[in-house]
Amino acid sequence: MSEASTGHPTVWRPPKLIENPVLRYGLLAGALAYLVWSLGALEIDWARISVGLPRAQNMFERMIPPDFSRWELLVRGITESVLIAFAASFAGMILAVPLGLAAAVNLAPRPVYLFARLLVVLSRTFHEIIWAIFFVKIVGFGALAGVLTLVVASTSFISKMLAEDVENMNAGQAEAVRATGASFPKLLTYAIVPQILPRYLGVSIYRLDANIRHSTVVGIVGAGGIGQVLAASFSRYDYDFSLAILLVIIGLVFLGEIFSNWIRKRLR
Amino acid sequence: MTVDQHKSRYPEVWRRFGPRETLIRYAWYLGIVFVAAASLSTLDITWVYLLDAHVQAYDLLERMVPPDWSYFDVVVGAMIETVHIATLGTVATLLIAFPVAFLAARNTTFNSFTWAVGRFILVASRSINTVVWALIFVAIFGPGPVAGIWAIAARSIGFMGKLTAEAIEEIDEGTVEAIEATGASRLQVLWIGILPQVLPVIYGTTVYRWDINIRESTVLGFVGAGGIGILLYSSINQFIWQQVSVMLIAIFGVVVVSELVSATVRKKIT
Repeated sequence: MSEASTGHPTVWRPPKLIENPVLRYGLLAGALAYLVWSLGALEIDWARISVGLPRAQNMFERMIPPDFSRWELLVRGITESVLIAFAASFAGMILAVPLGLAAAVNLAPRPVYLFARLLVVLSRTFHEIIWAIFFVKIVGFGALAGVLTLVVASTSFISKMLAEDVENMNAGQAEAVRATGASFPKLLTYAIVPQILPRYLGVSIYRLDANIRHSTVVGIVGAGGIGQVLAASFSRYDYDFSLAILLVIIGLVFLGEIFSNWIRKRLR
Repeated sequence: MTVDQHKSRYPEVWRRFGPRETLIRYAWYLGIVFVAAASLSTLDITWVYLLDAHVQAYDLLERMVPPDWSYFDVVVGAMIETVHIATLGTVATLLIAFPVAFLAARNTTFNSFTWAVGRFILVASRSINTVVWALIFVAIFGPGPVAGIWAIAARSIGFMGKLTAEAIEEIDEGTVEAIEATGASRLQVLWIGILPQVLPVIYGTTVYRWDINIRESTVLGFVGAGGIGILLYSSINQFIWQQVSVMLIAIFGVVVVSELVSATVRKKIT
């Protein structure tokens, strides 16, 4: 009996993600065509790229060993970054409460909701560095611009999460409290806050961790912190000092992540 | 039960927390406020600049309108390059992140040394911001989109690798064992037993990361790594604010569209 007559294949093949072969190969062909188009469209200086590997080798040779001799500069920059992150996270935490409540569809009136959502989308769309440039133009070089940048980023992030939590909360509890004739502030403190507080604190701590990571770069455009020192060391080809800074940043971010995970585990 | 006992057991006003818990909570709140206040006062901040910030901001906004739409043609080309950098960087990530995730997952790594290496690559990749990676790759490959592509890839490997490694650690070991029992080689186990189980996670995080990368690639140009950032930075430095506003609108449009695409695709996959 041949294979065709039973209709059962003799070779097993794993199931495909996309069943339709036309669509499957079509997507593949489309992806290949895109690769060819995009690589062709980019203005790439192959001659410069080809000298890249020896340059990289040269750079790594000059990076090692890392130079910690200017540790005072390093410590000052890192401290400033961490302080920027702390201050901005706290301000973001506070500002995110009204914005987050306003951006929850089940709590806020329609126009307020739309306006709050617009603010969140606007501030999330633009990268921190773009915000940093504008704040540097507005309040001048230094840590204040960095703090303001990260306040914008933290507020929109925390309030987006907060709004989602309020929208997903148990409506029954809110209704029960409302049925007792409670006012809006009482509704907040007795029905909404207890439900979302642990998540809110968790998100805020996560944001602190993210802010530590971001505070290390806002300095590249002059908004304070270690980024300024790092960018300067790169432009002066002080690669051994750059590596020292990078190692410290990696260590700091790693510590921040451990701290954030530890606290969030305790909150649950 | 006396009246007093009754009162203490069933107080007039209901409270969620006992006095001790309340005290601890307030101590925490006070601590948080203290840390924030201490940070702000230690920072070297010239508060006077904040006084006229709203005037400066308004002035800036006023200079930005009306947008100079004649500049739009230039912006379109740069925006396409920005999207290319993000997409190609994500593709490069896809190829590198899976092997690294394989090393960094406890159940697929070879020994504790390779595990540590895998973990270190992931942590280092994630700790260093895309813009800092761009500084490094611009020094290596010279200014241009190639440095940007590698910067995007270098930062994304940690993100995708971490999520993929976590997915690998949570796979159904039964499937792997069943395939091992057929006498399959290590590569076959990987290809048929593990990869199909984590593919949905890989697809999902790839699309998600692509969306983040679009946003990141808009600023790579500030350090010379290609894309719209180059134009944006030069217009800002020359104070041509009406061109800046055109670029900001273009970035807004592309980021919103990419976010929609990414959300739709992720909804379809999962």
